[in-house]
Amino acid sequence: MFAFIVKRVVQSIFVMIVIAFIGFCIKHQIGDPVRDIVGISVSAEEREALREELGLNDPFMIQFGRFLKNAAQGDLGLSYFFKKPALEVILAKAPATIELVLVSSLFIIIFSIPAGIFAAIRPRHWFSRFMMGTSIVGVSIPVFLTAILLIFVFSVELNWLPSYGRGETVNIGGWQTGFLTIDGLIHLILPGIALSSIMLPLFIRLIRSEMMEVLETDYIKYAWAKGLKPGRIWLLHAFKNTLLPVITVGGVQLGIMIAYTILTETVFQWQGMGFMFLEAVERSDTSLLVAYMVFVGVLFVVVNTVVDIIYGLVNPMVRITGRK
Amino acid sequence: MGRLLEVDNLEIKFALRFGDLTAINGVSFTLDKGERLGLVGESGAGKSVTGFAIINLISKPGYISGGRILFQGRDLTKMSYEGVRQIRGDRISMIFQDPMMTLNPVLTVGTQMIETLLAHRNMTVRDAEAVSIEKLKKVQISSPEQRLKQYPHEFSGGMRQRIVIAIALLTGPELIIADEPTTALDVTIQAEIMDLLLGLCESENMGLILITHDLAVVSQVTEKIAVMYAGKIVESGPTERIINDPLHPYTRGLINALPEVAEPGTRLNQIPGMMPTLTSIPKGCSFHPRCDYRLDVCETEDPEFIYLENNKRRVSCHYWKNK
Repeated sequence: MFAFIVKRVVQSIFVMIVIAFIGFCIKHQIGDPVRDIVGISVSAEEREALREELGLNDPFMIQFGRFLKNAAQGDLGLSYFFKKPALEVILAKAPATIELVLVSSLFIIIFSIPAGIFAAIRPRHWFSRFMMGTSIVGVSIPVFLTAILLIFVFSVELNWLPSYGRGETVNIGGWQTGFLTIDGLIHLILPGIALSSIMLPLFIRLIRSEMMEVLETDYIKYAWAKGLKPGRIWLLHAFKNTLLPVITVGGVQLGIMIAYTILTETVFQWQGMGFMFLEAVERSDTSLLVAYMVFVGVLFVVVNTVVDIIYGLVNPMVRITGRK
Repeated sequence: MGRLLEVDNLEIKFALRFGDLTAINGVSFTLDKGERLGLVGESGAGKSVTGFAIINLISKPGYISGGRILFQGRDLTKMSYEGVRQIRGDRISMIFQDPMMTLNPVLTVGTQMIETLLAHRNMTVRDAEAVSIEKLKKVQISSPEQRLKQYPHEFSGGMRQRIVIAIALLTGPELIIADEPTTALDVTIQAEIMDLLLGLCESENMGLILITHDLAVVSQVTEKIAVMYAGKIVESGPTERIINDPLHPYTRGLINALPEVAEPGTRLNQIPGMMPTLTSIPKGCSFHPRCDYRLDVCETEDPEFIYLENNKRRVSCHYWKNK
């Protein structure tokens, strides 16, 4: 386990430096912080002095080194618009996004596993064919369109569910959560479905195809020959082996979902990081953009590490928790 | 000696888009209690399909289209799904070809042994564990208590096949169907595994159907041989008689092809040509295109069985009929 953590930390540091570099390049090229900070009435000399003071005239690599040093200490720069540390702005918005992604992941897990298994066991059943057909439609429709359709049907026409915002939230140690109030949970339903609309069909298809492959293997045939009950063969013998590739792909997809939150949050006016990101683009708040990139990078690394640990728990051939 | 298994005129077809293909055509054989039979033939002869058919486990789109399989007097082809499930793994155990592929890689050996017992016996996990340990000892696996907690990848191929044999023994079956149990193993291990299997069959009085292409192995293990070609049995009888005095030209070809028969330093003998595929089985005797003894009648008429030596032997060949 220790060796695994060390290895993973070293990998993560490398990944973070690359992300920081790309982010810093963008910041370096786009926008002028001095113009953002001072007004139009400031003279060219004063601007130049400020530029010197902020270190903006230093060579690129020296500026990057300074940025890395600050970033390592948790200082990702000031958001020009909010006039607050960028990290602080992001941390205030992160709970909304993380909760949204969690709810979507939950939807995906709850629905894709039984649906995928069923479609693998009974590929000719009308319900399996129906699911395979609709899943193609689901994958093909962009998230923002699904979101708008959902709002139209369930908010505008039926008036069942709210169409925007997080509803009532509770503050627990700085974490604004919508999980603890009924209003907050109701507000999570539509954005959660919209965000999972691409990944859910993808996962159903993935589980189905992987499981169909597993069902053809010798060890499944052997399990039948041992006279085991079908339920045990499908849910334990076959499904546990199906999980391995699904976890590998799933981990990456979970990360990609964070990217889709930008669309979902914008349509639903969801006060999370994705919504903030688009606003920051409009205001060319480059510090905040870079901070967002770095923060999402960290999130990616954490998620992938967790996925790797789960993978090791399922697959006995990869023992990351040192045995013996 | 009671009759254990009677396969009577078994016919297996594969349902394909353009119609049904007959894979097994009128296969019959019997097995007494504790008797060992070798099903011999080249790849594609239908040996494995026949073996799997006995426990009703033919891969789709194959299905049993005719005949009876009487196991202890009950017809398995007419039994309910649950009835067959209770017999497979309990009264009839199977040993597969490649031990690297037969055990589930993500479950411990213990889980895979215990679940087999629990599927057929009303017993506690602890008791099932005790039985598993006892059977592992029988197949000469050392420190079985620890072995139960290990995963298949921690064992070598020979060890895994021992575990598969131990699983086969768990329920004390009357019949073991072994589908090429040593083909995937090293030559030195092959002999060990075969000896072990033979010894266990004798001591537990289990019947054995050994499916293999290896006549040398069959001659050491089984009492009877049935030679299959293109979905039919072409010759069957006592092992000793068939090895020493093969009648059917195909059996002769198989024995001649054994490396032991060839002169050292010369090329091995072989049967010219290939086994026909299911779609192109020739008219008449399906072996006639490869046969050295072929007569005109072979090309048009399917030979009937000729019974010899007190009905203990049979061969389907026009050449012997006319003799």
